[in-house]
Amino acid sequence: MNKKGLFGKLAAAPHILWAVLFIVGPLIFVLYYAFTDRSGAFTLKNLTSAFSAQYLSVFIRSVVYSLIATLLCLVIAYPVAYSIAQASPKTQKILIMLIMLPMWMNFLIRVYSLMSIIGNAGIINSMLKSMGLPELSMINTPGAVIFGMVYSYLPYMVLPIYTVMSKMDTRLIEAARDLGCNSGQVLSKVILPLSVSGIVSGVTMVFVPSISTFYISQKLGGGNFDLIGDTIERQFLLSNNYNFGAAISLELMILILFCMTFMNRFSDGNESGGMIV
Amino acid sequence: MSGGTKALVRQMYDKSGENVIISLRQVSKAFDGETVLDHIDLDIHGNEFVTILGPSGCGKTTTLRIIGGFETPDEGVVMFENRNIAEVPPYKRNINTVFQRYALFPHLNVYENVAFGLRLKKLPEDEIRKSVKEMLRMVNLTGFERRSPATLSGGQQQRVAIARALVNKPKVLRLDEPLGALDLKLRKDMQRELKSMQRLTGITFIYVTHDQEEALSMSDKVIVMANGKIQQIGTPVEIYNEPKNSFVADFIGESNIVDGIMQKDFLVSFAGQTFECTDKGFAKGEPVDVVIRPEDIDLVPVSESMLTGKVTQTTFKGDYYEIIADVDNFKWMIESTDCVEVGATIGLSIDPYEIHVMKKSEYSDMFGDYSTFSDEMDTLSSPDIPVVTEVTEDE
Repeated sequence: MNKKGLFGKLAAAPHILWAVLFIVGPLIFVLYYAFTDRSGAFTLKNLTSAFSAQYLSVFIRSVVYSLIATLLCLVIAYPVAYSIAQASPKTQKILIMLIMLPMWMNFLIRVYSLMSIIGNAGIINSMLKSMGLPELSMINTPGAVIFGMVYSYLPYMVLPIYTVMSKMDTRLIEAARDLGCNSGQVLSKVILPLSVSGIVSGVTMVFVPSISTFYISQKLGGGNFDLIGDTIERQFLLSNNYNFGAAISLELMILILFCMTFMNRFSDGNESGGMIV
Repeated sequence: MSGGTKALVRQMYDKSGENVIISLRQVSKAFDGETVLDHIDLDIHGNEFVTILGPSGCGKTTTLRIIGGFETPDEGVVMFENRNIAEVPPYKRNINTVFQRYALFPHLNVYENVAFGLRLKKLPEDEIRKSVKEMLRMVNLTGFERRSPATLSGGQQQRVAIARALVNKPKVLRLDEPLGALDLKLRKDMQRELKSMQRLTGITFIYVTHDQEEALSMSDKVIVMANGKIQQIGTPVEIYNEPKNSFVADFIGESNIVDGIMQKDFLVSFAGQTFECTDKGFAKGEPVDVVIRPEDIDLVPVSESMLTGKVTQTTFKGDYYEIIADVDNFKWMIESTDCVEVGATIGLSIDPYEIHVMKKSEYSDMFGDYSTFSDEMDTLSSPDIPVVTEVTEDE
């Protein structure tokens, strides 16, 4: 028992070291900067000034955009995940591969390629032009930012929902039909309730990176629709105001923590998991 | 619908009456080019406990799925209460199912599982509550309403599944190897419970199993299937005492099946001897299969015997001994309360009414010799699903 305990501790050592160095350490720095001013004296000014009208609107915009993006991801991903789970095992593998393929590419490269697709002189507009149709102005709009979020994080919604659905017992669907469900009722009374855990992890995995993203809106929104991530980045890299940047980061973390706690309540009692976060 | 099908339907309308609930006519089904059902004809009556019995892959589950509307036949017609079932949507079919391994909804508690079908019918809440309570009492699960299916033992889950199906008061209850995952004792108890539930409710039970003992002890009617064809339909007694061919004889219980020649009516010769029997209607000198059940062979002194054999093996089975004896290089199985020594020479006597003569079939010469000690029985009767031993503390 002792030996096993010692071995267990030793095996965990690299992770603990990693966690202390790269998770706990930085968090302490964030806390330190957030509660001090430039001279190092204790202050709450950083935290309170984040609630000024200017930054509050950024917070609200971030929440709204990422909520819309998450909802869109869910609406798109759910039927996709369902139809993949219905396919033959061989087809399933190929389709899941296709879903994951974009994730193998660098995030920045994907955002840049989106720019060249929806840009004013991009692929879509040049196609429209060649067909003699009026050009669209798509880039530098809120829609473009949300589109960027959906495009970037969609696979994170498909995968957990697919995982739950592929594990679902098909005889439950037969049992539902046997007891008198039509197709819509099979979905609402059996498939949907049984895939809640997958939906919750998908929503978490899309919402969290969406709300903290900092590159998409700069490139696809033309800098007109600042999100929290962009604001934090600017505090650290341009304004050199570590204290304020840390304060907003802290508040974002609390916001995310709050949202996740709220969402996890939905999956409580749903033991057949897919929970990743 | 093709012309031929229409004619079939008309014919079946004409023959309506005599309480037939479900009829299958010339039903065939193939999966990936492999024939699973080969022109099945079948009538199922009201208030009947019907068992479809056969080895894995014989088509019994496919037949059940076609009856439930989960598969459509490639050919033939299925009639439900004198209507082509294809024209009746599933929720109007009045058929409910107890699935293999229960298929209870894991996100609902016991009460909601049982209430599922009633809620879909939009019945008033107090009526639902009354029916569910009554049904849970019938399956001995009062007090389990708030439990999640995952916390129940196998036997309890099974009874929830039965309650969930029966609460809808179907005309027909389909049971797809419902006891396959239970251990032996629990299975025996559930067999008795199912039988009495059928008597109590008057609902037609269509029960699918590979377990011949289960089929014989519960059913009013047994349908023996093999290779996508119905081999025999009859009462358990008929199936056991008068098997139609050597497949049925072998699959139902233990049998010695030997080649014989019908000399004339009531006289058959096999194993080098001629015996009186009770069968007639065969051609003179027709080769036949002769079935003699192990328990129907009497041990007699060699001087009075019809056949003599040398004992090669005896096994104590509790209330009898199972004896394998070599008679002219054919191994016979004999069940006797007398103990005999291996190597002893014994005399066998068979009464005329214990000899059952069958026409030769495609299954002749495949079964009935105990020289290999019936390995084929094990293969044929191997379950579709592995038996899981359940904890039975609640029983």
